[in-house]
Amino acid sequence: MLVQILFYIFGTLLVACALGLITARNPVYSALFLVLCFVNSAVIWLLTEAEFLAIVLVLVYVGAVMVLFLFVVMMLDINVAELRRGFTRFAWLGWITAAAVIAEILVVVWSHGLTGLDVTRTPVPEPADYSNTAALGQVIYTRYAYPFELAAVLLLVAIVAAIALTMRHRQGLKVQDVSRQVSVRAADRVRIVKVEAEKRT
Amino acid sequence: MLQTLATAWGSLPGIARTTVWIVIVTVVLILCVAFLTLWERKVIGWMQLRRGPNRVKLLGLFPGLGQPFADVFKLLTKEVVIPTNANKLLFWVAPMIALIPAFAAWAVIPLSPDLVISQANAGLLYLLALTSMGVYGVIIAGWAANSKYAFLGAMRSAAQMVAYEIAMGFALVGVLMASGSMNLGTIVRNQEGGFLSQNWFWLFPLLVVYFISGVAETNRAPFDVAEGESEIVAGFHVEYSGIAFALFFLAEYANMILISALTAVFFFGGWLSPWQGWPGIGATLLGQPSFIWLALKIFAILFMFLWLRATFPRYRYDQIMRLGWKALIPVTLVWIGVEMVLAHYHVGPWARPWFH
Repeated sequence: MLVQILFYIFGTLLVACALGLITARNPVYSALFLVLCFVNSAVIWLLTEAEFLAIVLVLVYVGAVMVLFLFVVMMLDINVAELRRGFTRFAWLGWITAAAVIAEILVVVWSHGLTGLDVTRTPVPEPADYSNTAALGQVIYTRYAYPFELAAVLLLVAIVAAIALTMRHRQGLKVQDVSRQVSVRAADRVRIVKVEAEKRT
Repeated sequence: MLQTLATAWGSLPGIARTTVWIVIVTVVLILCVAFLTLWERKVIGWMQLRRGPNRVKLLGLFPGLGQPFADVFKLLTKEVVIPTNANKLLFWVAPMIALIPAFAAWAVIPLSPDLVISQANAGLLYLLALTSMGVYGVIIAGWAANSKYAFLGAMRSAAQMVAYEIAMGFALVGVLMASGSMNLGTIVRNQEGGFLSQNWFWLFPLLVVYFISGVAETNRAPFDVAEGESEIVAGFHVEYSGIAFALFFLAEYANMILISALTAVFFFGGWLSPWQGWPGIGATLLGQPSFIWLALKIFAILFMFLWLRATFPRYRYDQIMRLGWKALIPVTLVWIGVEMVLAHYHVGPWARPWFH
């Protein structure tokens, strides 16, 4: 009963935040609404006893990805009117995407015969010493070891590609060489000149 | 009298007992923050051959002890100025966002062998998630104030905190490998056996990385470029006054206590006695686990924070980034590799029964 009440509270909040995300005029508000969306979905995942995924969602998306996102959104002075000009022209694309996602959700909910997974029933509570993280780790490193490694390599390639794309060697850039800065001695920088005192004439 | 109190306590429902503990921990924490500010000024004063605060007396005695209360009342009675064109809602919300994670994190910290507010299995992950949320207070404060200095401070601290969080997370991966659990109580219990079998001995590089990252995460000297009085006035909280400023202050010091407590739990055995299980001294009262050991460890680590502040000049910004990305992260990665070798040969923490 308590779980259901919590689910409806956070579900409503999630939908409200999602609406705020797409209707807010200020892009910084949009980004903050997205953060709230992540937090609310994390709570809903907690209610389904997926505590590892829920905390990782907060840790990765709220703690790292959205911080950088906010960082960029705050730095760039985005002209919202400019962005909104194409709204009606591209609306059909948005509707198609929304319809596809809704259809996917419906298929998952109604076709438990297909996957053998009934997502509509509440999960049976696990005993207190059951560790979600350990269970997940056991599956990832044994049964799904190859897909997991493949995803890791894919991410690595993405990192290398992102760095390669953005790293440019400009001419005439003044860069500090820290090892040279550290190894410098006083004798390299200061020359002590002994000036002979002149005799009074 | 005590008997009736104990039975009344036992007959309370679980949720009421938890609430009472939450209130106690929060109030004690706020008092600790108050006296930590005084202790900091005193210690730095002594280090600089001054006397520190010594005018305001508490109950007519103890010169200087009343200083934190005088400060709080001064800040409470000051006007909170909201800059024109500031984003009012976010301006008010930011100090709260900075403060909440610093207090909420205490839910999973084991205070004594049988006292912890929540026995969460994923306690370590919960801590990582909460400490990563503290940065929002800083960013939102810097942006909402609509001031260039505040914004510069927010940008600096956001980049710094994201960078050091990675090193911190990796250091905790090492702790995780040595303890085999994400429950903080189990992490403490797996360090039993006295001073030398606690995690700091086998994970010393990780301890250093964790502590440095902790100092950087709390934006303390020598990593306090987010405030940088000499360059950007006071950084992200330059536009805050009165009690709103005090909330940021409270959050910073609460975070310092939190980082100290976590260092004590992860690397120095939390509430375990350093002489536990030693012949002779281990059998006496000094060998018993208790809250006092945790408090002493937290106090010693907090002193390190103050010591650093009184000793080191501020880092240059590019040096901070260099240290975080090019020094601390590689150290943690190498040490995780070393741990794999140690685990393979069942050395140190991996000779314990849980690993077999």
